[in-house]
This record gives sequence, structure tokens and C-alpha cells, in this order.
Amino acid sequence: MPKIKSLEDLRKLREESKDLTSARSGGKTKIIVGMGTCGIAAGAREVLSAILNELARREIKDVAVETTGCIGMCQYEPLVDFIRPGEPRVTYGNVEPKDVPRLIVEHLINGKVVWDKVVGRTD
Amino acid sequence: MLEDLSQYILDIAENSVKAKASRVLIELKIDSKKKLISLCVCDDGCGMDEDLLKQVEDPFTTTRKERRVGLGIPFLKQAALSCDGFFEIASEKGKGTIVKAGFRKDHIDCPPLGDVAATIATLIMGWPECCWIFRYEVDGNAFLLDLEELLKYLGDRELLKSPKFILWLKEYIQENMSLLHEKKGGDGIAQD
Repeated sequence: MPKIKSLEDLRKLREESKDLTSARSGGKTKIIVGMGTCGIAAGAREVLSAILNELARREIKDVAVETTGCIGMCQYEPLVDFIRPGEPRVTYGNVEPKDVPRLIVEHLINGKVVWDKVVGRTD
Repeated sequence: MLEDLSQYILDIAENSVKAKASRVLIELKIDSKKKLISLCVCDDGCGMDEDLLKQVEDPFTTTRKERRVGLGIPFLKQAALSCDGFFEIASEKGKGTIVKAGFRKDHIDCPPLGDVAATIATLIMGWPECCWIFRYEVDGNAFLLDLEELLKYLGDRELLKSPKFILWLKEYIQENMSLLHEKKGGDGIAQD
């Protein structure tokens, strides 16, 4: 296999991302993936990959993706939290990579909670 | 137990960042002659005192409050020992921790490598403020990824969290890892 990725790609990425600075802090939607031992065992890393793929594919830039440890609801892992500014935090459980496009479109873009995947909501 | 080595690496390296490490070295070595896969995760975090170090291999030891079990280290130890490998942990309060595990490559219970690139990319995305160093060695040839080096090109630490960068990084690591296996003539150990 010929090597196609080079560190020079990073300079391009840096140029492309100049408009990111404005969207950086405050007022940003957060997506948090549980990545404790329980989350990892349940496939959280693959869910995270699916989220990154979907965000990159749709060129969504104003979202902060983060990871967290075990929050004590191991039976519902993989757990993914969506926090839109000014709205309650919604925790989705038993999330599989195939659920990710739906969560992104419905919750992130359309602002509608995907109730059949919800395990918790904090007001 | 976790599915593959890449998942153990993710899990164990997270302990390092939770111990407030500012620099974490992850080294994975494959030795075909010795039929050994060895993993080393070394950090400069808060370390553990002797008492905690003695208890840390016990599943009912954890520092977190949400649950009273901690399975990360016991899982890795069990996985290594069940394929005739080894497990070692050394730590000093205030200095850091080193976890070493070895796996017999030809043992039926040896876990597959899994997606190591996805693990490293996940760690960098999750904790971009940490200086991550990943070294992958196959029979004497090595690939070294030093996050600080990448940052010289990227310029901005904030970009480490961008999906585009993380996806690029994953492919970059994957490519370099498979190049090492090609050099070797490839006996298919890099399978997922």
C-alpha cells in the first residue's frame, strides 16, 4: 500500500480550519461519549468514530465532542450525552454506530429528542 | 474482559490521564521470533503509594465514587496471564506509573490487536492537552508518533479535537502500522 497520508496534510487542515476559531468557545453544542471500561467493552469507541464521521461528512463544525469516564449506568453503555445550549442535557443509552446518523440529524440539526433511545434527561 | 488489545490500551491509558499525567508513552512491540506482544504504558501522573499499589489489581479497588469496582487493571492482567504472558505494575507517588503486559502471540487465548489506531486517535481527541507518544515496533522496525511533533504542523492544539483531524490521524496511524507489517513480509498479525 502506498503511503498517502503525510504530515503536510496537517498544514492544509490548518488553513481549512481558520474559520473554526469563531465557533470555538461558548454557546456550543456538546456531545459526550462515556469511555470508561464499561463503555469501551460495550463499543463506545466505535460509536465515537461514527459520531466523528457523521460530523465530518456533514461539515458540522460548531460541536464539541468529548469523552468521559464511567458515570455509574454501565448497563446502558454506550452512553452518549447531547447538550444543546439552553436546553436540558439528554442522555442516550445503548447507542450503536447505526443510531448515530439519526441522533445527529434529529437532535443536533432538527432539535428533536430521539425518545426511544433516551435513558435520562436533566432539566 | 475486553475484546481486543486496542481496547485494553484505551482503558489503561485513560487511567494515566485521570492520574493527571502530562505525558503518556504507549509502546506496543511485536516480536515474531519470541512470539511475544508487549505493551507498556508509562506516565508522569500522580502515581500511587505502596498501599494502593498493593490493592490495585483487586477488582474491588477503585478511586472513583460512582461504583465500587474497578475492572481496568484486573482485566488487563487476566488477559495477559491467560495467554501465558506477564503483567507488571510499578508506581511511585508523585512520579508516575508504568504498566507492562505481555501476550504470547501463538497462544489460543491471545487477544487480537484490534483497531489500535482508533484507540490512539480517541485518546488524543479526548485529552488533547496531554503529550501523547505512541511507539509501535514490529521486529525491530518502529513507527513513532509524537503529538508535539504533529502540533508543529497543525499549529493549534484546539484543532486536535476536530473530527477531520481525528479521522486523518486514525488513517495516518493505520497506514504507518501496516507499512511495518509489509516490511516484515506480513504474516497477518495486524488483523482486526
